[in-house]
Amino acid sequence: MPEVEVPLEKWTGKVNEVRLGGNGRQAVVVGGEATFPFLQFEGAIPNRPAVAIEVLDVQPTGWPSQLAAAWGNVLADPALWAKKAAEYGADIIALRLKSAHPEEGDTGAEEAKKTVDKVLAAMDLPLIVLGPEVAEKDNIVLVAASEAARGQRIALGNCEEKNYRTIGAACIADGHVAIAKTPIEINLAKQLNILLCDLGVSPESILMDPTTGALGYGLEYTYSVMERLRLACLTGDGMTSMPMICTVGEESWRQKESKSDIEVPATWGELEQRALIWEEMTASTLLNAGADIVVLRHPKTVEAIKATIDKLMG
Amino acid sequence: MALTGIEIYKFLPKTNCKKCGFPTCLAFAMKVSQKGVDITVCPDLSPEAKEALEAAGRPPIRLVTIGGDKRKIEVGNEVVMFRHEKTFYHPTGLMVRIKDSAPAEAIAKVAGEVAGYSVERVGMELALDGLALENESKDAATFVACVEAVKSKADLPLVLMSSDPAAMGAALEKAADGKPLIYAATKDNWDKMAELALKHGCPLAVHEAAGLGELAQLVEQINGAGIEDIVIDPGAHGFAQSLATLTQLRRLALKKSFRPLGYPIITFPGESSDTVEAEAVLAAQHVAKYAGIVVLDHFSPSMAYPLLTLRLNIYTDPQKPIQLTPKIYEIGAPKPDSPVCVTTNFSLTYFSIAGELESSGYPSWLLVADTEGLSVLTAWAAGKFDAEKIAKTVKDFNIAESISHRSLIIPGRVAVLRGELEEELPDWKIMVGPPEAMDIGGYLKKMWSA
Repeated sequence: MPEVEVPLEKWTGKVNEVRLGGNGRQAVVVGGEATFPFLQFEGAIPNRPAVAIEVLDVQPTGWPSQLAAAWGNVLADPALWAKKAAEYGADIIALRLKSAHPEEGDTGAEEAKKTVDKVLAAMDLPLIVLGPEVAEKDNIVLVAASEAARGQRIALGNCEEKNYRTIGAACIADGHVAIAKTPIEINLAKQLNILLCDLGVSPESILMDPTTGALGYGLEYTYSVMERLRLACLTGDGMTSMPMICTVGEESWRQKESKSDIEVPATWGELEQRALIWEEMTASTLLNAGADIVVLRHPKTVEAIKATIDKLMG
Repeated sequence: MALTGIEIYKFLPKTNCKKCGFPTCLAFAMKVSQKGVDITVCPDLSPEAKEALEAAGRPPIRLVTIGGDKRKIEVGNEVVMFRHEKTFYHPTGLMVRIKDSAPAEAIAKVAGEVAGYSVERVGMELALDGLALENESKDAATFVACVEAVKSKADLPLVLMSSDPAAMGAALEKAADGKPLIYAATKDNWDKMAELALKHGCPLAVHEAAGLGELAQLVEQINGAGIEDIVIDPGAHGFAQSLATLTQLRRLALKKSFRPLGYPIITFPGESSDTVEAEAVLAAQHVAKYAGIVVLDHFSPSMAYPLLTLRLNIYTDPQKPIQLTPKIYEIGAPKPDSPVCVTTNFSLTYFSIAGELESSGYPSWLLVADTEGLSVLTAWAAGKFDAEKIAKTVKDFNIAESISHRSLIIPGRVAVLRGELEEELPDWKIMVGPPEAMDIGGYLKKMWSA
């Protein structure tokens, strides 16, 4: 019988382990992989990728009806929503402070603090707090969130080139994790990690958001940038060794494929299943590219992706 | 694995005769290794050296063709582990399984649906590649009837699935002209299956789940019978096992040039899935991670469309991003008073903007200019997205005919073009949009009152 010797790569680097929560809350550790995703035959995969459920601080508008119906009344209250999300199996709650957006209510620090307090009190999972993605407002509400959650080791996003100093400093002061978001580009991702570390944020307190392209909407760019980041990490580049987070739900549910049943070709198939597969396939493909946290929206996707992760972890 | 320049140099006459046009044999060897010149340009290459070089230059994963002259697919001949290293060349063939024990109407229905299925995306027609017919009945006559029924409905490449050489032989009498994939040779029947493959000139799948060593041994036996067009089935089931096994097979072929396993792989993700969604997700993993052919147990447009989209994404050449056809794209159902935006034909730019417009609640006209696939700033810097080009795009596609206003929104990154554009398009009001796509929704809410 021919001898088959499977080539094993001798990686010199591994992904940083980042802990969220603890101190009375449940703790989740992500990262730590010493090889490419789920290749247990080659290296250690000490932690399973985590599933976060996205919660908005305002009642979502324009959500497809099946997505809104899956949550029902809790959509009006972020605390009830987060509690429900915990029941649906979330490992982490990702709270989006959308109301701080100038177009969505322009709320400020006080409201942000209240919402974060309420959500933290409603469940005991680790928390991610995301700003409205307008740099100056992110600074205001994320700093407020940081103070409100001092010592609870939440993750704050996003740090971008424009505002990393403020968010980074808040993370240092209050013991949180910074989410460094860059637009699908490996060098910018590395550069922002370096800037955050220079500021004094420890590498174990940084997550990278490489920017998610949904299936059919730039997925291949995100996929390859993530594979390249992971390859750089495994070959020993400490400034690309941060675990990666992907905002899958947000990106896949806003595409026409997930929303529309009218004026689309019959060959797109039945909307409900198509939309679920759209989110699931975006998530599973990016998990295979190295995602350590996927932020999802539909409870059924959460169930399916958790089952997929179980199977991939063997 | 392609040879390095030094490895090629060893086979050359080392006379530096310059007859090849290069100053030295080493320089020639280097050029050959970069595929810049063919090895046969050397007039003094010995026949032995030529043969050795050809053998070494064979692709690490064999290219296998399934199907006849009319409709066929080619799978295999991949050269990298990661698409960013070069590209994935031959898109995974997606097929649907039909069991011969199913009622005749059901067989005809699925065959017709799969053959007729086609969906358009970014100007490309995406379709499924074939049907896998399984001899579940274990009866040769039933199998033959199924093959004939399917052939009358679908002119697609086929996989014939039976462990019984007699049933396979009978089916091949009817279907061999379409060069189907014979599935499968096993350690119990391989000599007879190999005979059939030789007789009909069809590719042969080799199934052995006991281990990669056992699979390699069986492949070598079948190579010994004179068969090279092989597809392998390592019998890997489920997410973790198939990811590990398919990764190991790709590595063995690429990194070790391990010939006995240097063939495209066939998988059956439905066999280990409880739901259609799970099957679709596992099939997606196989598309991204190393399957040559994926046979599905279910077909519905709502699973086929995402899967075909994923295949298109993964097999897009990263060095040549998909360029969109320059034209007017309708986002939502725009009306004469809807906003008109202009952008470049770099696919990622288009998708970002189309996505934001889609979710903005403002149906819009999106004018896509031909910038040869460059993004907004790059195209502007390269002189391919200037006022003249934008004005030409507006005029050539005659957007004015579809709208009742004369307002044009340009990307915020090229705000500088506004003055020039106002000269080029004197009847138009030029509006400067936001620099980032994600701010389009807010911008329209504030600025668009038409």
